[in-house]
Amino acid sequence: MMRGFVSVYRKELYLLFASPIFYAVAFIFLVLNGYFFYSSVAYYNLLSFQAGQNPFMAGQLNLMDMVVRPLFMDICIVLLLVAPLLTMRTYADERKTGTVELLFTLPVTDGGALAAKFLGVLTVLFVLLAGTLPGMALLEYLSDLNWKAVLCGYLGLFLLGSAFMALGVFTSSLSRNQIIAAVLSFGALLLFWVISWMSSVLGPGASRIIEYLSIIRHFDTFSKGVLDSRDVIYYLLFIAFFLFVTLRQIESYRWRG
Amino acid sequence: MIEVQGLTKFYGTVPAIQDVNFHIHKGEVVGFLGPNGAGKSTTIRILTCYMPPTAGEARVDGLDCFQKSLEVRRRIGYLPENVPLYNEMTVRRFLRFVAQAKGVEARELPREVDRVVDVCGLERVRNRIIGNLSKGYRQRVGLAQALLNNPPVLILDEPTIGLDPTQIVEIRRLIRDLREDHTILLSSHILPEVAQICQRVLILNKGRIVATDSPDALTAQLQKSAKIALTVEGDGRQLARALETMDGILAVQLESNHHSRLILETDRSRDLRPEIARKVVEEGLGLLELKAMDLSLEDIFMQLVTEEAPVEEGAVEASETAEEGK
Repeated sequence: MMRGFVSVYRKELYLLFASPIFYAVAFIFLVLNGYFFYSSVAYYNLLSFQAGQNPFMAGQLNLMDMVVRPLFMDICIVLLLVAPLLTMRTYADERKTGTVELLFTLPVTDGGALAAKFLGVLTVLFVLLAGTLPGMALLEYLSDLNWKAVLCGYLGLFLLGSAFMALGVFTSSLSRNQIIAAVLSFGALLLFWVISWMSSVLGPGASRIIEYLSIIRHFDTFSKGVLDSRDVIYYLLFIAFFLFVTLRQIESYRWRG
Repeated sequence: MIEVQGLTKFYGTVPAIQDVNFHIHKGEVVGFLGPNGAGKSTTIRILTCYMPPTAGEARVDGLDCFQKSLEVRRRIGYLPENVPLYNEMTVRRFLRFVAQAKGVEARELPREVDRVVDVCGLERVRNRIIGNLSKGYRQRVGLAQALLNNPPVLILDEPTIGLDPTQIVEIRRLIRDLREDHTILLSSHILPEVAQICQRVLILNKGRIVATDSPDALTAQLQKSAKIALTVEGDGRQLARALETMDGILAVQLESNHHSRLILETDRSRDLRPEIARKVVEEGLGLLELKAMDLSLEDIFMQLVTEEAPVEEGAVEASETAEEGK
């Protein structure tokens, strides 16, 4: 049981890191992150110089609010772009090449294989996020960073990214075409992102529901360095829901043959 | 070892197989024959727990394929049709993955991989990327994968399709070596292959089992109605009507384009050729050819699988060209 899970996880890792998609995605992710990091630090630098002449402004300067939080939001956007590319092959490729027949006839449960695949893409997510840490280390070196708040932000990023991945794994189970899987998950994620924009138009009850559904609203508290169990639960529910429907989808795929 | 009862599978509203029943005993090597779309792969996929049946049940080693899916999968080595493999992996890495998934202990892993590499003759390519391998090697990697953890049952879907003749001979030799200690079900299009390797044949057509027996017994059984080819000079239509009423003749077939060629199906218990010859003369026709046709497994297969006649023509033509060759 456990051995099956470990073997599929190792296979997934190998395929993920052997594929050029990972390197393209990591390249773009890190370049964009570097750009955002540089621009916000440069801006902060400029403000610091101005604050030198203006003591009132100096009191307003805050590394967390002016560099780290905007950077986190930028990483969210880049994750939105790259997550569908990382998850699209999960099941679609196995179906296209027929290896799904091999996977589904090995003595590994569907749930075990799904868990292994999901953990595989989470590992990639972890590696990508770890790639942004040198920037934070640099900030710590130059200034003083509130690490508790930063780590809280990273936890939020990881949960948000995991939610992206869960939805992406689900759309990948829907089609044998990777492009379709990627487009579906990107569209659905964008919808979950912008859904709260409707809240001002709707009545108070509906708008509360819609704001709760918004995938990015729940990240706000993390980026402020506040760990709120409600937000953690939201992401865990989101992930559990999409992994559950993926499992149902696989079952239905088996029945249809 | 394998029991299948009333197995039925619908794709939407289209039946792929209907009420399929068969038993395969321990240590048997059984060939699974049928034209494309007959339901061979569907049956195999149910047995290997890839998909559940719509109705009926399949058991391997007494375990239900649907309820005890994992247990069954542990007992089966499966080579799917078209041999799906992870092209980015090396042969060794791929085999390690499958071995681990099948529950081979970490300590045993290298030895087990070495064993199947050795059996399947993969030493030369063990560190190559699967995507760069030739079709023949891919097939062998597929077979090696099925052999990992030494499962008692092997299910091979078209193991020799798309291989060149030397490779086919190699794979066949490999399968023949395996039949010592495995129960093997293999599907194939190639009838001589099945006749060579298998003790028993299951013939599937339009989702139903139409025959099951040893290749020899099938030939004997179907030759109860021995066939005689008859060619006369002139119009054979009158003759055909006369022969139809003759004792011991079961069916007469007139070739449509020229009416001088007939295929007679006769009772196998006695040789009707002298009587037929007399009849031809009585009808005032010249007798050009009169010979008994032997059925090959191929003819039997065609006979079982096609309801309408055109097959016999093919068989006659084949025997004719063979004679011309002499």
